[in-house]
Amino acid sequence: MPEEKFVDNPDTAITLTDQNINEAVAKYPFIVVDCWAEWCGPCKMLGPILENLAKKHVGQIVFGKLDVDKNPDTAKKYGVRSIPNLLVFKNGEKVGDIVGALPEAKLLERINALKG
Amino acid sequence: MYDVVIIGGGPAGLTAGIYAARSNMKTLLIRSAYKPSLITTTDLIENYPGFPDGIGGFELIERFTQQALKFGLALVDDDILAVAKTSTEGHDAWEVSTAGSVYQALSLIISTGTEYAHLNVPGEVEFTGRGVSYCATCDGPFYRDCRLIVVGGGDTAVQEALYLTNFASSVIIVHRRDRLRATAVLQDRAFANAKISFEWNAVLEDITGDSVVKAVRLKDVKDPGKAKTLPVDGVFIFTGTIPNTEMFNGVVDMDAQGYIKVNAHMNTSAKGIFAGGDCTNKLLRQVVTACGDGATAAFAAYEYVSVLKGTSYDGVKTP
Repeated sequence: MPEEKFVDNPDTAITLTDQNINEAVAKYPFIVVDCWAEWCGPCKMLGPILENLAKKHVGQIVFGKLDVDKNPDTAKKYGVRSIPNLLVFKNGEKVGDIVGALPEAKLLERINALKG
Repeated sequence: MYDVVIIGGGPAGLTAGIYAARSNMKTLLIRSAYKPSLITTTDLIENYPGFPDGIGGFELIERFTQQALKFGLALVDDDILAVAKTSTEGHDAWEVSTAGSVYQALSLIISTGTEYAHLNVPGEVEFTGRGVSYCATCDGPFYRDCRLIVVGGGDTAVQEALYLTNFASSVIIVHRRDRLRATAVLQDRAFANAKISFEWNAVLEDITGDSVVKAVRLKDVKDPGKAKTLPVDGVFIFTGTIPNTEMFNGVVDMDAQGYIKVNAHMNTSAKGIFAGGDCTNKLLRQVVTACGDGATAAFAAYEYVSVLKGTSYDGVKTP
């Protein structure tokens, strides 16, 4: 798989892996990582909501998506036990997670609360 | 102005969508943008006729959706905030509001289903996502070789316990009574499964741990002085459901639990509003009964709208 080149201000959720997540967390001051899997119905609903938010908040919030089935190390490292699960990183540190699907407005509220 | 707006994208709503669209009513189905139909989280449905080998809940909903779209159903992903009465050209109509849009319709079909109830015990909220789960198909794979408990004794609890044995080293079913409510074939499978054991007459008192769940405390309902602690890695809770009907408070009559009251024609207490599926007060909440409700609700809505428009097959009637 070719290395994903991280653009400065992505307007779509970038695909993350066990290999490149650290690089993304180091590069972006605020990134929300959607842990999902093919087998998870609610995860499939959250995908389009996050794409929407990624477009609306270009330059403010970066969104990433990580398939936990293919990238078990990240899921293990951050203790992901339920999906959908959004891992939220600020200045390279995990500052919180949001478990379960929420409507767009509520989700943004929770994300902004962690953004400070 | 729609002839009918259907609220909810589960089996009842989508079947209503198929019937309404096929009757050439101008139909819109509004399905939640974030909350999928509960049936999508079921790994295998074995009692929906026509699928002798069973079918996954997610796939079944996909198929219902394709079938409804084929007949011209309009579909949006949005969440209802309120429903209010309005009128158009001298007859009653209903206005449905979401965060960004307002839809008007001569009739409504409510099929918003249910969600899993919480136990409201200490530790449940804190450990949600850290060992407490309400979705076995979503989270089961995280519990390879782990010790799990499943709380509940109905079809969902037993079916999901069986599914979790694909991953877990052991699954203990904790049930408040001394026998299961689940259907016989599921009970037989659970009793025959070497990974499944039971804690009868037991209720969950609290869930404890550090960053993740480590243990649960059970109380004996027959002997409240007796309690025991079990070391576990995960707690799956399937103790019942609550209807997604909050936004219809004051619009249609409900029972004490919030299930919408309907008659055999799926009429609610409000003229022009019909309801069907798991969100209504009924005996058996299953895909097949939800589909039946949806078909009836669509037909009843068609009749109602025809009478309003003066195009009823049976001639002039008052709605």
